[in-house]
Amino acid sequence: MPPRAMVHRTPGVLASALAITRKDLLIEFRSRSVILSAVAFAVLAITIFFFAWDPTAVASVDLAPGVLWVIFTFSGLLGLHRSFGVEQPTRAIDALLAAPVGREAIYLGKLLANLGFVIVVQAISLPAVALLYNVPIGGYVLPLIGIVLLASVGLVAVGTLFSSMVVSTRLAELLLPLLALPFFVPVILPAAQATARLMNGRPVAEVSGYVSILGAFDVVFLVVCTLLYPYTLDQ
Amino acid sequence: MKFSKLGIIAIMAVVGTYVRAIFFTPFDALQGPAQKILYVHAPSAWVGLYLAFGLVFITSILYLWLKDPKLDRVASSSAEVGFVFTSVVLVTGPLWAKPVWGAYWTWDARLTLTLFLWFIYAGYLILRGAIDDFEMRARFSAVIGILGALLVPFIHLSVYFFRTMHPMPVLLKPSAPSMPREMLITLVSSFLALTLLFAWLLRERYLLAVDRDAATEAGS
Repeated sequence: MPPRAMVHRTPGVLASALAITRKDLLIEFRSRSVILSAVAFAVLAITIFFFAWDPTAVASVDLAPGVLWVIFTFSGLLGLHRSFGVEQPTRAIDALLAAPVGREAIYLGKLLANLGFVIVVQAISLPAVALLYNVPIGGYVLPLIGIVLLASVGLVAVGTLFSSMVVSTRLAELLLPLLALPFFVPVILPAAQATARLMNGRPVAEVSGYVSILGAFDVVFLVVCTLLYPYTLDQ
Repeated sequence: MKFSKLGIIAIMAVVGTYVRAIFFTPFDALQGPAQKILYVHAPSAWVGLYLAFGLVFITSILYLWLKDPKLDRVASSSAEVGFVFTSVVLVTGPLWAKPVWGAYWTWDARLTLTLFLWFIYAGYLILRGAIDDFEMRARFSAVIGILGALLVPFIHLSVYFFRTMHPMPVLLKPSAPSMPREMLITLVSSFLALTLLFAWLLRERYLLAVDRDAATEAGS
């Protein structure tokens, strides 16, 4: 029997995933390259959308849900491309794959880092929209955050998988939105509808149907994308 | 160009069906001649949205499991031919809708679903064009083929909350078909004809893929 110290313990899936998440967020925090441009993009987009409609003809409460979800979608795409793109120039992904961690841990780690990225952008753009479009969200802020989080999980689950695929193709930057946007529709649509209901003062119970679609999407695509991730590696 | 037996049968079936549809099938009492577009629209939807997409889904799963290049060739051929049929659906639909509904396009559940399936087909084909390595291309497109099929119920569900004004199916439904006999025969034969056409085009496209792969291998 080998002495205790020599028994190697492979960390569990969650522990490995969190280590990868920590690594990605640390790189992002130290360079701040993509997160700052994503936040700047979000705030710029909020102001541009305001002038794209006639504010005297369209009430801002009708405009805000759409603006919010368009911004979440596109700023999310900015971060998703970075997710595996950051590993590409030095082929750091090879080291990651050689490490004694499961493929699903790499996928989940990347997913959680992307989720963190998206949440930071949302934490800034949600109050920014509420403030600049003069929409008081105080009365339903918790259900709204719940919807935003549920939708983010779905977006990031699919987006992380596609990010892993497109980095090894020729048209990486172009292909990601092309592949991901059709998959974002069943997330954005119920999320935007639910947001609009809440902003128009409808009761929370009225959006439960949308919330179940979002939940079902999250579960199905989290499971399937975790299973499919090993097939998206460039090897 | 030399036609295979399947090709000759398919072309004859298509010509026969549309001669019958144009000259020997009565006009619809309410919609007039516009209704005849149904004989192109409905069977194309059957082929493009159900048959071709279903085949892509099944062969994609099987490819990831068995890693047989034949399966990838069937999947990619089916996606390409299905893309053409889905494009036909998206062109003929608005042509019919303008005189009957008064607008080319509405964001109706079925229309939206078809449009997004078309986008998924397009993404699938563009992705294939962006990868040179055979094995990687097959693997990546199989992943898209599987995810795309899983997305369908979700798109359906999320747009279901909108009202639909698309006519209900007349053929593929549990109760008896709701159509006069002459029209029904034309419709059934159009389904058969376009299914044959799909089978023929799929086979030709598959043989092309075999040649292309052989040429790439010989060149490298």
